[in-house]
Amino acid sequence: MDGAHDMGGVAGFGPVVSEQDEPAFHAEWERRAFALTLAMARPGGWTLDMSRFARENRPASDYLAMSYYQIWLAGLEQLMIERDLVRRDEIAAGHALHPATPRPVLHAADVAAGLARGAPTERAAQAPARFKVGDRVRARMLSTPTHTRLPRYVRGHVGVIDRVHGCHVFADSSAAGTGEAPQWLYTVRFDARELWGADTTAGEVSVDAWDSYLDPVEAAGALR
Amino acid sequence: MSTSHHHDHHDHSELSETELRVRALETVLTEKGYVDPAALDILIETYETKVGPRNGARVVARAWADPAFKARLMDDATHAIAELGFTGRQGEHIVAVENTAQLHNMVVCTLCSCYPWPVLGLPPVWYKSAPYRSRAVKDPRGVLKDFGVTLPGDVQIRVWDSTAEIRYLVLPQRPAGTDGWSEERLAELVTRDSMIGTGLAKQPGGHA
Repeated sequence: MDGAHDMGGVAGFGPVVSEQDEPAFHAEWERRAFALTLAMARPGGWTLDMSRFARENRPASDYLAMSYYQIWLAGLEQLMIERDLVRRDEIAAGHALHPATPRPVLHAADVAAGLARGAPTERAAQAPARFKVGDRVRARMLSTPTHTRLPRYVRGHVGVIDRVHGCHVFADSSAAGTGEAPQWLYTVRFDARELWGADTTAGEVSVDAWDSYLDPVEAAGALR
Repeated sequence: MSTSHHHDHHDHSELSETELRVRALETVLTEKGYVDPAALDILIETYETKVGPRNGARVVARAWADPAFKARLMDDATHAIAELGFTGRQGEHIVAVENTAQLHNMVVCTLCSCYPWPVLGLPPVWYKSAPYRSRAVKDPRGVLKDFGVTLPGDVQIRVWDSTAEIRYLVLPQRPAGTDGWSEERLAELVTRDSMIGTGLAKQPGGHA
């Protein structure tokens, strides 16, 4: 989705302002919104990619005006309402008004082990990688309407395969609910001038890109 | 947090609304049996008191002090970092990138807020903010200036945009004058920002 969340290279947001000795959370509601979001993934059954899409998939003006955890909260509400885990009248009333359905729950005793385990995304490869380190590739001109992780600022540009990370769950499919559909994942390194012209102060910029985001670029002379 | 939502209604109505909404949600979800409130408390306590940039500082200090560990870290950071007991959520696949006299690395997530939780904890607000996400990939020297850092002109800057589930940890340059220091002492020099690439390790004697 070519939304407001895709911010690389956008001008006009001003300087980066850091806070001395910043706490992990700035308000009690942020603590609870954070923890509710992590805990509800168990009964909700959604993937991390689905929750990313639920956060970014909103009007650009809202996305830019909301604080980080307000976006998390809005994403969580949307995911729960879509699955009828919670209804709007219950949020308004502040109490359960409709029967719950049996769902797995994240219990206190399982939290530490679950966090330590995480959710690795690497899967066994079903075929060899299409690209190797050093290959030249072009990021495809994709304008996927749903969740995607190919930022606008690299689309159409030529870079070099910098690392090969194995086969990983494909975010676009995982967010759409069409399965893990693992693909080879690469770090693709771009000369910053290829992306921005001469005025950039970066030397090189890389993104991590799944195989279907990329096209091969033949070496000069190899075409005929 | 307090009873402030009653009298703050006019001054901070937006915040109060959000606060009330979160309370309402937690009540509904608890009543429906979808969340265990004790699990929420543990999640919060974990990221407020246990998981943070001190973890990453221990990793960096060990890499500075122990060449064999550094070699393992550069080869397979996920497993090397697990030797110190730091694993899991948002750090399932970690890559360490090393700063040198010629190369400075900076990590960003332009699309959201991807960050290596097991070693750095939850990201600070600025890391998740539009100014950082928009500028890091185009004008990293300008971003460094916002942090009060100026690099020599001949240092190349490499920016890593975390667009998948690979998480990046910057291995900052070891400050001069720290020969023979213990890992504990070295770790005191390692700042959060030096492991993101918006800062440098502190110099012995206290200067960042």
